[in-house]
Amino acid sequence: MGHQLPSPEVTYVEHKSDKDFYAIVKKVTIYLTILTLIELACGLIIYKIHHGSPGAVFMIKILVGGLTLLKAFYITSSFMHLGDENKNFRLTILIPLLLFTWFIIAFLYEGNAWKRNKNTNVGTVEHVEAVHPAFGRPGIHAEH
Amino acid sequence: MAQAIQSDVKWWAGGRSPFNMSYGKAMMWYFLMSDAFTFGAFLISYGTIRFSSNFWPDPNYVFNAFPFMGHANLPLAFVSLMTFILIISSVTMVLAVHAGHKMDKKGVEKYLLLTILGGAAFLGCQAWEWTHMLTGEYITLLNDGSLGLITTTTTGNPYGPTATPEAIAAALQLSSHEQLVSMVNLIAHETHQNLDVAAMSHADLINTVKNTAGLHVNHVGPSLFGGLFFGITGFHGFHVFSGLVINIIMFIKTRLGHFEQRGHYEMIEKAGLYWHFVDLVWVFVFLCFYLI
Repeated sequence: MGHQLPSPEVTYVEHKSDKDFYAIVKKVTIYLTILTLIELACGLIIYKIHHGSPGAVFMIKILVGGLTLLKAFYITSSFMHLGDENKNFRLTILIPLLLFTWFIIAFLYEGNAWKRNKNTNVGTVEHVEAVHPAFGRPGIHAEH
Repeated sequence: MAQAIQSDVKWWAGGRSPFNMSYGKAMMWYFLMSDAFTFGAFLISYGTIRFSSNFWPDPNYVFNAFPFMGHANLPLAFVSLMTFILIISSVTMVLAVHAGHKMDKKGVEKYLLLTILGGAAFLGCQAWEWTHMLTGEYITLLNDGSLGLITTTTTGNPYGPTATPEAIAAALQLSSHEQLVSMVNLIAHETHQNLDVAAMSHADLINTVKNTAGLHVNHVGPSLFGGLFFGITGFHGFHVFSGLVINIIMFIKTRLGHFEQRGHYEMIEKAGLYWHFVDLVWVFVFLCFYLI
């Protein structure tokens, strides 16, 4: 085998021994499974307490979102080997993705403002459109 | 032998690439980054619409079916199975890429085949789920005020707010004879009763629907739910499908010994990146549509 590179473009060198590699794959698989199971448990808790306080449901949703980000981290860094790439390259991928911070906050804020305007006739009349009695739940921010 | 060089031109001596990575692999990463923004834009538009709505269907009620389990209420069970299938097919892809690094042709073939099977299983699950949603009829209080049967489509769904018994009684009076017959047929089927529907009078039909024990009727749900659900899971499913085709091509090329002749299995690595990305997107689709 050796590490003779067959083409000047192919620069990947496997640093890890077979044993280490399989240990990492096994570890990440177990992590992903456990994280998914916790997420499921959270989903079912939301189902069980859906008439509970909107605050508690919202906190569980935030928790599930955090767990999803953790899963995304494990998939990209280990399965996609982004963690093994050159640091400068890694940054050219990750820094543009920071745009999502603005993207998510701005648009969810906008959606919420849109609902407020709909329900109050652009802020002039309170509760033009009544909030539906939901068999599920009204939106997270139904109170105003 | 000094040569005049323009002072504003920056010369680079070449050598190892600054990212220490082949052009193809770097470009695959940048493609995936742009694709992440496409998916992100779709999911964020879903979030915006959901935040702007006073009512949104609860996923635990919408996605509670499992193949061959009839009407058992199993919230999230089937989609969890789909998630595990995709995670496991991602793991076999990692093993295929690793076998490629070791120039192990047999290993690459074996793990690619397992990955392809996993992808096909996922697509099969999605086909079942779509069929279930598009054909599963529910008694619903329609927008024209009558009671009738609808399925989940891009124009409506039966997952709106719960209708009160008074509203149901009023809506029954507005239902046409055909609507009543189809509803009573559905009730007879689901409660395993032998009803002679054709012989029943209009009033009989109305009473049968009204007196059905445990009848749960919702208003029509937000039409955007169907559009967003089918649009986004469809776009993801299309990615799974194209990943599957890429993996099949990689399998054939491995089998024919193309990568062995080339001296490296880097193509498997690029296909693997795409496949992992598909899994990565599913993690977020799973979060946005099924969990919260």
